[in-house]
Amino acid sequence: MTIQHVVFIILSAIALIGALGVVLSRRLFRSAIFLVLSFVGVAGFYILLEAGLLAMIQLLIYVGAIAILIIFAIMLSRQAMVADDKVLNEQWAPGGLVAVLLLAALVYVLVQVNWQVVEGAVPPDSIQRLGQSLVSSNGFVLPFEVASVLLLVALVGAVIIAREK
Amino acid sequence: MQVPLSWYLVVAAALFCIGLYGVLSRRNAIGILMGVELMLNAVNVNLVAFWRYVDPLRAAMTGQVFAIIVITVAAAEAAVGLALIIAVYRNRRTVDVTQVDELKL
Repeated sequence: MTIQHVVFIILSAIALIGALGVVLSRRLFRSAIFLVLSFVGVAGFYILLEAGLLAMIQLLIYVGAIAILIIFAIMLSRQAMVADDKVLNEQWAPGGLVAVLLLAALVYVLVQVNWQVVEGAVPPDSIQRLGQSLVSSNGFVLPFEVASVLLLVALVGAVIIAREK
Repeated sequence: MQVPLSWYLVVAAALFCIGLYGVLSRRNAIGILMGVELMLNAVNVNLVAFWRYVDPLRAAMTGQVFAIIVITVAAAEAAVGLALIIAVYRNRRTVDVTQVDELKL
């Protein structure tokens, strides 16, 4: 049991408690706060996996942008601090059953499989490689450009859809 | 001694299934969107864990690039989804998805 294992267990506790809080909390505003907790736990996973840039992106985009956007939407759409009397629809029991069965099947398979793990440290210039891979023609320049067009379309679309007539 | 790969995969599977339960059981459209965000996060943990453990040395950095693309699509999805929810709320005064069912036969 090394320090990495301990950190991993703490991070998974943060991420999973946050996720459970999101789906179980009766007040939507609290769900959003738990969602931030879960995002921070996942950012910790990225740091543990030596993907520092991705951890920063996670904090900036998910915690900084998406969570704030969700909180804004909650504030705009109803009284945020009031607990709903009915938060679940009538199919929550089969839905929960599906989720539990899927989790059991996934865990069974994931533990059974013998993963072919490559030993080796992450190269020190990994962020530089990531940047070059995103814009080089034998890398991922096409998905990169399509993603930027998608962001532009989503920006314009969100403004038009949410605009008051 | 590193954490085994399967630990990451199991935690990501748990995150995914919690998000799935949220999507299937919530009445509020914003709650459903939060469940979708949890599921996308779980997928990203899987992608980065596979990059780190299976393919850390190749120059293309495939797993991290995929994770960045997924984050981009998630941001676009959240923006458009929340705009739709605001528009529905403006017309119907509710974000309860069981009440918004004109397209149902």
